[in-house]
Amino acid sequence: MKRDVMREIDLPPVRRRPRSRITPARIGVYAFLVTAALFFLVPLYVMLVTSVKPMDEIRLGNIFALPLSPTLAPWHSAWQAACTGLECEGIRGGFWNSVWITVPSMVLSIVIGAVNGYALSFWRPRGANLLFAVLMMGAFVPGQVMLYPLVRALAAVELYSSLPGIVLVHVIFGMPMMTLLFRNYYAALPEELFKAARIDGGGFWRIFFELMLPMSTPVIVVAAIMQVTNIWNDFLLGLVFAGSDHLPMTVQLNNIINTTTGERLYNVNMAATILTSLVPLALYFLSGRWFVRGIASGAVKG
Amino acid sequence: MVAAAPTRRKAGCTAAYIALLPMALTVIGAYVCTMLWTARVSVSSARIFPTGDFVGLGQYERLFRNARWLLSLENLAIYGAIFVIACLVLGFLLAVFIDQKVVGEGALRTVFLYPYAMSFVATGLVWQWILNPELGIQRVVRQLGFTDFTFDWIVHQDKALYTIVLATVWQASGLVMALLLSGLRGVDEELWKAARIDGIPVWRVYTSIVLPMLWPSLSTAFVLLFVMVVKLFDAVVAMTQGGPGTATEVPAKFIMDYLFGRANIGLASAASIVLLATVLAIVAPLYYARLKAQARGHA
Repeated sequence: MKRDVMREIDLPPVRRRPRSRITPARIGVYAFLVTAALFFLVPLYVMLVTSVKPMDEIRLGNIFALPLSPTLAPWHSAWQAACTGLECEGIRGGFWNSVWITVPSMVLSIVIGAVNGYALSFWRPRGANLLFAVLMMGAFVPGQVMLYPLVRALAAVELYSSLPGIVLVHVIFGMPMMTLLFRNYYAALPEELFKAARIDGGGFWRIFFELMLPMSTPVIVVAAIMQVTNIWNDFLLGLVFAGSDHLPMTVQLNNIINTTTGERLYNVNMAATILTSLVPLALYFLSGRWFVRGIASGAVKG
Repeated sequence: MVAAAPTRRKAGCTAAYIALLPMALTVIGAYVCTMLWTARVSVSSARIFPTGDFVGLGQYERLFRNARWLLSLENLAIYGAIFVIACLVLGFLLAVFIDQKVVGEGALRTVFLYPYAMSFVATGLVWQWILNPELGIQRVVRQLGFTDFTFDWIVHQDKALYTIVLATVWQASGLVMALLLSGLRGVDEELWKAARIDGIPVWRVYTSIVLPMLWPSLSTAFVLLFVMVVKLFDAVVAMTQGGPGTATEVPAKFIMDYLFGRANIGLASAASIVLLATVLAIVAPLYYARLKAQARGHA
């Protein structure tokens, strides 16, 4: 079971090859890749150009055309004037709600995941592996099975529809992945390291804080990227547990677009969609390889 | 296990038990108990509030006489089959073509994977806009002179489901590409040399030798995609709200509607147990096979 997740999973660096001659096969390869790239890029392009066109231009023009008279007004409106249901304060409230949900959920789930992984890899108390096995099954359970009982339980302790409530729910749903991630990372560290620390008289927490944690930077970065992406992009849990005062950005985005009465402002809608996707997309484009590591190590659960 | 310091290890174990308390509480409280509770409610006549009575499999019988549930299951089966196959095929092709030592590999990988960083809600909304029959692709093609061109799948009863396939394949096939690419990079260069010397066509090597070697990556990708299929909710809500009519209803949405909209928690619980059983029936064998393979690998 001991595997170095970080290394195993990482995509190797781009291969460089001496230039090959142009053959029909090479042309075919590039034709396919370019077509595929267009398919993947078109939605991003359409979102961007739509978001800077005035409505007149959208009504008369074509969605692939570049804007004739670009304007940032839709962005402005999406941020602070678009209507979600009855209120017309744009999506900025949702943005801050998502920030307040994501940051504590991420920190807490990483802390718990790290402690779990450390205890499971090095201390292996009796019964812990059984717990872990059940937890991993939990990763596959459709959320719907747990939703209603969780609503009732949180309501009983008055955490339903509150910020601590939604944070707790994210910690619960994120725990399988976080625990697995840290467990595999620590399992790949040499056991001798731990034994030496034990002989030096290190206790559970001291070894964790002074030895393990300082070595955990890579896995913490991966975990942070995964959790920010997952929690930011969550819709179902935010919809059910956050309550109307803390609705995350994804839920507000859907409300803006799918419950508007009257004329649909496609440019504002697309600006709001981009704004909502901005945090995970920025994280993806900036973190690159780390993001791939996160995806792939999440995949180990298969 | 360390045998050298049994007493101290035991002392440390108390701390370990305390440290694992949050996990124990989560596993028992949030996973096991909720499932048992849901299972219990599914055999009661509960509607708005849970009740203590026992009606046997009555809710399940009612569930499988419910036209909307049967339609949801049928939609999920059709959606799931096409989505998984399309993602695996497209992801595999992307990985293989990217693996041909092409120029700009890094950029291409970034392009193929970025949709995966987006939420299903955002994905659904973008595609809803592109497929908009009045202002989207349909109109662009008509403007080009093909005035009879029709591409109104998203508002078409029989075809709306395929637009959700399209949007989610766009979102998820990059994931398959990333997983399979790391599998492909594990293939020995010697294999290619040997194949070249024997004059075996490249496509034969891929289908007969490389594809079977990618089995672990493929099964991982399959499980991830399968879990996405069962959880399918956000994208439907964002793109079609289950419509037009009930054309794109799916089980996860059915459960949400009966839990919170129609206040019939007995029926919703029965439906979630059916969903859970489906997941376990498919994932458990794969999980078990993986564990056995690992055990063999370490023997």
